[in-house]
Amino acid sequence: MTLAPVRHHRWVGSAVTRKEDDELLTGTRPFVADIRDGTELHAHVLRSFAPHARISAVDVTPAREATGVHAVLTAADLPQPVRRIPLRLWPLDGVDRALQPVLAVDRVRYVGEPVALIVADSRYIAEDAAELIEIDYDFLDPVIGLDHATQSNAIELHDHVDRNVAGTVSVGIGDVDAAMRDAHIVASGRFRVNRHSGVPLETRGLVAHFDSNIGHLWVWGPTKVAHFNRIALADLLDLDLERIHFIEPAVGGGFGVRGEFYPEDYLIPYASVVLGRRVAWQEDRSESFLATNHSREQLHDAQLAVDADGRIGALSVRGANSMGGYVRSHGATVATMSAIMFPGPYPVQNYSCDIDCVLENKTPTGTYRGPGRFETNFVRERLVDMAARALDLDPAEMRRQNYIRSDQMPYDFGIDVRMAELHVHQRYDSGDYVRQLDDTLAAADYAGLKARRSILRAEGRCAGIGLASFVEKSGIGSWEYGRVEILPGSGEVLVFTGLAGVGQGIETSMAQIAADELGVDLARVRVVHGDTDVVPRGLGSFASRGTMLGGGAVYLAARRAASAAREIAASALGVGDGDIYFDGSSYGGGAQSISIEEVASLAGETHISDVGIRRGLCGEAIYESEDLGYPYGTHLVFIEIDRGTGVIDIGRYVMSYDVGVAVNPMLVRGQLIGGLAQGLGGALLEEFGYDSDGQPQFASFAEYLMPTATDMPDVEIIVTEHAPSPVHPLGLKGAGEGGAVAAAAALANAVSDATGVDVFELPLTPGRVLDLLARSALHSEDS
Amino acid sequence: MPEARPINTTVNGEVVQTAVEPRLLLSDFLRDRLLLTATKVGCEHGVCGACSVLLDGELVRSCLLFATQVHGHEVVTLEGLREISRVRELMAGLSEHHGLQCGFCTPGIVVAAWAYLRDGGPPDPSAFREYISGNLCRCTGYEGLVEAVCSLAVKGAPAP
Repeated sequence: MTLAPVRHHRWVGSAVTRKEDDELLTGTRPFVADIRDGTELHAHVLRSFAPHARISAVDVTPAREATGVHAVLTAADLPQPVRRIPLRLWPLDGVDRALQPVLAVDRVRYVGEPVALIVADSRYIAEDAAELIEIDYDFLDPVIGLDHATQSNAIELHDHVDRNVAGTVSVGIGDVDAAMRDAHIVASGRFRVNRHSGVPLETRGLVAHFDSNIGHLWVWGPTKVAHFNRIALADLLDLDLERIHFIEPAVGGGFGVRGEFYPEDYLIPYASVVLGRRVAWQEDRSESFLATNHSREQLHDAQLAVDADGRIGALSVRGANSMGGYVRSHGATVATMSAIMFPGPYPVQNYSCDIDCVLENKTPTGTYRGPGRFETNFVRERLVDMAARALDLDPAEMRRQNYIRSDQMPYDFGIDVRMAELHVHQRYDSGDYVRQLDDTLAAADYAGLKARRSILRAEGRCAGIGLASFVEKSGIGSWEYGRVEILPGSGEVLVFTGLAGVGQGIETSMAQIAADELGVDLARVRVVHGDTDVVPRGLGSFASRGTMLGGGAVYLAARRAASAAREIAASALGVGDGDIYFDGSSYGGGAQSISIEEVASLAGETHISDVGIRRGLCGEAIYESEDLGYPYGTHLVFIEIDRGTGVIDIGRYVMSYDVGVAVNPMLVRGQLIGGLAQGLGGALLEEFGYDSDGQPQFASFAEYLMPTATDMPDVEIIVTEHAPSPVHPLGLKGAGEGGAVAAAAALANAVSDATGVDVFELPLTPGRVLDLLARSALHSEDS
Repeated sequence: MPEARPINTTVNGEVVQTAVEPRLLLSDFLRDRLLLTATKVGCEHGVCGACSVLLDGELVRSCLLFATQVHGHEVVTLEGLREISRVRELMAGLSEHHGLQCGFCTPGIVVAAWAYLRDGGPPDPSAFREYISGNLCRCTGYEGLVEAVCSLAVKGAPAP
């Protein structure tokens, strides 16, 4: 066993500043809209302004003939049958009957649906030409509203999809009926979660370049799940995979919505192939609101059965998840995540959940940070508070006595969902929820806050406290790719990862893991991602899997490279493996030493499948795991409501999160506070509302309000490492989504506490809060 | 197609004499014609602030201006600021405090924050939050940004 006499610096656990930052700060790192060489044509998508209509006639002639226009494509011009966006995840039976064609064929099903593609000399000319296209729409009654869509009088949006239910995700354990009968109290309600979504600051864009001389297609812009999308595109275009090269530029946020396969991911490359020209496309913001995946819209009838002591006996949910006009790449992901995560930190032994995937004439939906958890945390934590109130129990006490205890870990729910090759089994790996709650309450001075609440209420002011506890999931597998190379000459360490960079800092975190395993300085390490020529495979960045799965692959690959280096060094120095040591740049043994660059030279060449010959030291690995890591936490918020305006003032916000082991504590904190900002936005401000005619009520950032610097409260964030993951070699869990998922739950509980009226709907806009206050006034008049 | 109008402007200290369509946005002029791509476009309706530049030293949204409107005026983008030592300090501070993640809003924020510091904005988080509320960031929750700028702002410091 080799031990270096010089202990190298530990990078994992250090809050090092990011390698990504310099180029982003100076604006020198290109995003996809910055990739221009002057040869490109510009594409623009004509979109439906009708929520639901048959297309009876299309005349593109005036557009085609306009100066500067190179092509106008409608469904009729595309290879037949018109391709549909493929399913990537959770292919629930039936959802494939509602897939989206890349251009509308004879019917449009949401405002914003792509109907034609124009390619011209400039974006301005392309948009002018779009106005010349004449489309005759026969308007159909729009199907709007989760309640309405499934009624018998609603038009069916897709053939063979009865009552607009594309499929139902069902989960059940124990005997819910019996538990409900035996219950002392059943807290129940009909809960509505607002449609909103990730809305990254950079809109979607692509640049496609097909070189017809060599039959090679380059596409800049793919991210998140680039390898899957490359395979999908090869299939849809009928082009050999080897001829397609994806390159990921700087990416302006993902949040789940960017990087899935969209119509444009086919149309732009197709246009390039057909024209033999480079084609650039960038959606503008008002298009992005309509065209990029929405999320979160759910409706649940839920019940929580509780005994006389406040012990949770059962949870029963009958719900609906809005899919929009089509089922996109995510299939039944959101409904599935909702169903498996609903119980949260409580050992619910009698649980049933049925969630319909419902189609309606709105923008199609997909995942958004913490899919299924923002929604279900809201419902479940509201029910817990309602039960606590009915029993006159302190909400903190109610939670403490119910949590899964740390000595019950790993806790197997007995919940198992399978669809095709996808499989998830809910078994919480580790966690001390009681300790987390206590840490949160102590940091917040819970007793002090309760005292302050009493004082304010005695003055007639409207103050409230809200708690929400949650369990998150991370590290969904089932594999990820990593390769570590040490270059001859420079001794630079290259780390190739199948992950995607969407702003979360993988070029730093993955470097930290590799640097530790190799025992080198962080400055020596550079992370490469998103280029399919040198990263041959990968599953990508989503569902907080990057640190666990990508980190696992880098860890294994780095160990292989380190091991190969030691062997070569030992041999070169004529000593045994056990007599060698490494000081960060050289190997030493006996009286001699050899630099890592020299060792890399001695390593010669390695053939890497689907990449080619690489020189120097190489360690390649696929890290496999079927086990999820489950981080967790609690949010506590103290609010005061202005009775005149309904505006909520957040006086104190404390958020705790156990991450298992933090690779970079600064990045973890950044994810939590960034996630919290989105959670607050979803709880208070953001909504993609539609009127009953199916017309969107959100044309700009003046209607769709996102948190600004003045909307953020001071937040105390407690990041703990009490429960490393036993399923991961470094004990890591993810941190990407935890900040977003409990804000609505905590705020809804606080508003219910403050007003004395139960909150069942989001967002908590001033108007909605004023309604609650009005009802609270009625209550106090009655009593 | 409307006739191109001649414009004479200064961008990052260099004289630019050219002709532009009346409807060409300043943001597109800077990015597409002058290849100054540090300035980003996030909404094209003047809310997000990603397109922030300086016009005669004043902070403006380039997506709300036409290129013709800068005829006879001076424009400074991030490319024209990034060699200034105080801007370099600001950038270092932003990195130290993890004030950026995806980096898309960052150029607009650096330009806006630079103007704040230049004009002697106080190291008061409330005041800076108010000021920077015209720049949306979707990734960071603003905390690192506010810390970075407030730690650099010195009350009453003269503009360098």
